[in-house]
Amino acid sequence: MVGASAQRVVAREGDYQLVVEGVSKRFGGVTAVQDVSLEIPRGGIVSIIGPNGAGKTSLLNMVSGFYKPDTGRIVLEGQDITQKKPSHIAALGIARTFQNIALFSGLTVLDNLMLGRHVRMKAGVLSSVIYWGMAQKEDIAHREAIEEIIEFLKLQDLRKQTTASLAYGLRKRVELGRALASDPKVLLLDEPMGGMNQDEKEDMARYVLDVNQERGVTVVLIEHDMGVVMDISDKVVVLDRGRGIATGTPDEVQRNPKVVEAYLGTGKGGGKT
Amino acid sequence: MSEDLQFAFSLLLNGASIGLMYSLIALGFVLVYKATDAINFAQGEFVMLAGLIVAMLLSIVGMPLIVAIAVTLAVMIGFGFGLERVVLRPLLGRPVVAVIMATIGLAAILRGIGPVIFGSETRAVSLPIGDEPIVLGPASLPPIQVAGAVVAIVFFLAFSWFFKKSRMGVAMRAVADNQQVAQAMGINVERYFALAWAMAGVVSALGGVVWGSMLGVDVHLALVGLKVFPVVILGGLDSIGGALVGGLIIGIVESLAAGYLDPYVGGGTKDFAPYVLMILVLMIRPYGIFGKRKIERV
Repeated sequence: MVGASAQRVVAREGDYQLVVEGVSKRFGGVTAVQDVSLEIPRGGIVSIIGPNGAGKTSLLNMVSGFYKPDTGRIVLEGQDITQKKPSHIAALGIARTFQNIALFSGLTVLDNLMLGRHVRMKAGVLSSVIYWGMAQKEDIAHREAIEEIIEFLKLQDLRKQTTASLAYGLRKRVELGRALASDPKVLLLDEPMGGMNQDEKEDMARYVLDVNQERGVTVVLIEHDMGVVMDISDKVVVLDRGRGIATGTPDEVQRNPKVVEAYLGTGKGGGKT
Repeated sequence: MSEDLQFAFSLLLNGASIGLMYSLIALGFVLVYKATDAINFAQGEFVMLAGLIVAMLLSIVGMPLIVAIAVTLAVMIGFGFGLERVVLRPLLGRPVVAVIMATIGLAAILRGIGPVIFGSETRAVSLPIGDEPIVLGPASLPPIQVAGAVVAIVFFLAFSWFFKKSRMGVAMRAVADNQQVAQAMGINVERYFALAWAMAGVVSALGGVVWGSMLGVDVHLALVGLKVFPVVILGGLDSIGGALVGGLIIGIVESLAAGYLDPYVGGGTKDFAPYVLMILVLMIRPYGIFGKRKIERV
């Protein structure tokens, strides 16, 4: 699997697409994230790992704008997005999925995917009512983009189904599709394989690699399955109790004694590669 | 058809048409609750305000009816947008009770200011539909009730199309379902909150015209808003279909109470029967007939 990274356009030194600089976040007396920095290279797959409560999701929530960091800043392609609203950050090209599947449950798969494309839809509130023709024409272009995603993720038979009726693994896949629908530059995946069986995990890992290689999307991944993380990541960042304790290639991180102590050494799915 | 059956049919038809007119007003309440989680205790006052505006445009300014209705619609849309921006947006993220108190205060302000600006006499809103009862089978209805029912049905069809088929409608359902995730889709949640209030303005404008035409317009027109609560408790606070069915049921219950119970007790059951039903529903099925049952996930 190491060969996968050779096919990619390898990021040149210093060309970081997304940079997190020394962010901290406290909730009341609890420090969820303390002085964490991350550099995400363009076109890379970076995994964030760490025990439960290490602050992984809090970190993603700051990147997507749900939490405002107490200190530090977050920069996307040279633009400071630290204080921007989530909807603005989405429009700038950061899409995400959620740890507990967060599809709109009463809506169909197609509606969910179309909502994912909301940020790319130019016709605004008034124009989509008044200037009906334009909205219709634009719709066709968006439908084509959505159809491409449907084909890519093999969701053809599910278009008109409500998402609540789908099996767990499929819902995760639809959620990935919804995030892709916005044509993101950076995709944040919060445990995309959580709760899946081995076959589903392999499918999802394949999709993540395809998204990265064929669509050129930078991926930031939170995942507990060490086999998957070590297989597909270019770079692994380890958090423990809100702090970054190690960064490096999968091999380097696995050999790092601090990591072994904090995480892999606990026997939690570590060991094998 | 026997006379008894004819009487029953007449009560049902009468109740259903009034019920549809309740549904129209309840729709304003539901739209706001569904999209923004805010409980609007001023829905009846919105209707009163619209009624006052349309009556004033007709009687004092002397506008043709259709122009007066168009202007009222525009004013109420602006009112909805403005209200959200000035009063409700600053309350975002505050406890629900803050919004409730704000709307109760707003209701009192509207009831107080209405007569000051528009005068306290009761004004008529006359629609060009005549006074001849419209015969429907064995019963007949006043034309205003038929008009009100038709307006309500047209609006329900329009809104159900909007929420199923239009991009904005689907986005609004997404906002109602999960605000945080909607934001992550790039949906500007506040804009949809404003839209929901503006839609409540639209519904209130039409409600003001039909109810104003039926009851005459003064500050008491706001009282129709009280019927919103049994309707939405019955149908479900967040269900548009529920507002329709809830309105029909409440209208019919009222009418049957007036027809069958009032003669025995000397009147008045019509006014509280809907609330008896409301309390029963709260005890048995607190989320209403069509409302979303909130499931707590552990």
